[in-house]
Amino acid sequence: MNIGVLALQGAVAEHIRSIGLAGGQGVAVKQPEQLDTIDGLIIPGGESTTIGKLMRKYGFVEAIQQFAKAGKPLFGTCAGLIVLAERLDGGEEPHLGLMNMTVARNAFGRQRESFETDLDVAGIETPLRAVFIRAPLIKEVGGNVEVLSTYKGEIVAAKQGNLLASSFHPELTDDYRLHGLFMDMARQAQ
Amino acid sequence: METGTSRVKRGMAEMQKGGVIMDVMNAEQAKIAEAAGATAVMALERVPADIRAAGGVARMADPTIVEEVMAVVSIPVMAKARIGHYVEAKVLEALGVDYIDESEVLTPADEVFHISKSEFTVPFVCGAKDLGEALRRIQEGASMLRTKGEPGTGNIVEAVRHMRLIMGQIRKVQNLSKDELFHEAKTLGVPYELLLGVHETGRLPVVNFAAGGVATPADAALMMHLGADGVFVGSGIFKSDNPEKFARAIVEATTHYDDYSLIARVSKNLGTPMKGIEISKLEASQRMQERGI
Repeated sequence: MNIGVLALQGAVAEHIRSIGLAGGQGVAVKQPEQLDTIDGLIIPGGESTTIGKLMRKYGFVEAIQQFAKAGKPLFGTCAGLIVLAERLDGGEEPHLGLMNMTVARNAFGRQRESFETDLDVAGIETPLRAVFIRAPLIKEVGGNVEVLSTYKGEIVAAKQGNLLASSFHPELTDDYRLHGLFMDMARQAQ
Repeated sequence: METGTSRVKRGMAEMQKGGVIMDVMNAEQAKIAEAAGATAVMALERVPADIRAAGGVARMADPTIVEEVMAVVSIPVMAKARIGHYVEAKVLEALGVDYIDESEVLTPADEVFHISKSEFTVPFVCGAKDLGEALRRIQEGASMLRTKGEPGTGNIVEAVRHMRLIMGQIRKVQNLSKDELFHEAKTLGVPYELLLGVHETGRLPVVNFAAGGVATPADAALMMHLGADGVFVGSGIFKSDNPEKFARAIVEATTHYDDYSLIARVSKNLGTPMKGIEISKLEASQRMQERGI
């Protein structure tokens, strides 16, 4: 199974490694044409303003929207979650606008407030070590969105059909269970 | 819940990969950098070229400038402390900057010791010109590295020298036998465990950016080609004719460093880049790279 990682900026190699650990083949995606060759796409952590700008510049916005419409799964982590959201807190322009949720950027504070913790995630048996780096959080979700995890009452992971999103970075640990869950989604989509 | 762990501090640098971190001197420049697609900004009182021209002692920026920049951008803000200046670093941490650069661009406060960076919650980036310096900085707690290059010169040759040397030394260490490794650790002046890690993984345990002389989109792409994880641009943007265009072009060239027709396209009609300095014209005392080894 080929899983693409959008390689415009950010933690691309880490996701490719996690996909490998979960038994798949990770591919760096730099051109929209590559979307035809993959079974699912991860939008990695990085700076959402940079990734968003480059996506627009290289025609990725429409291409990824069509990819999602065709039922192929998307997984956004941290900046990737911001990129997937329909609404951004503070009236900022959304990027892909695919997931029915409102996201607040840098919601936990600055880098000195970044942290890691053990987190319960629906569909994963034992807690996952979750790394939050200048992380966003999900302020509210529409009725078609399933909340997968909360931290201190705030939503930090969610799923809407073929779309998966987390505030934290599963690619920064050796625990690849969330990547495994995403690969199951890609398998079901086939 | 734990803050300031090495995973959180190193992870922050991982999120900068493939990006461009730009030096800015005020809120207006910070906004230009963010709009051009910078992944972070470095808030400074003067860019390295001006520090060089001004002479005298270069210190941490006025906190007003740092706060002004933090107030107008949503991307991370970095700031520089002098080598060995524990208090400047603590002040920057208290201000809430996202990364501290313990930098040879400023006049060193300590000629022997660097800051003990592990005890800070905020992560640090440090310069290195060879594998020995790189691993010593990591041992002290740096979560990110960059080549020293020769700041404020607009001349890429020293950054190239440092990146080539570090990558070459990593390849050499990979091929050493276990008994040779101990001797190599002694020669380089680094902890054996860190060198063993490089031997086993074939890479540094933290992200390594290029810095010190990047002036054009092609310079940025060259450093990526040589193995940099991303690029710092100091004087190269706001000392050029058209900072906005230069900034955007350098961001694109860094992402698509192996797409040469794209680099050709973004390099067109940029105007004059910063005026450079030939390295051999610099006296030994003016070479910032010799500070803090």
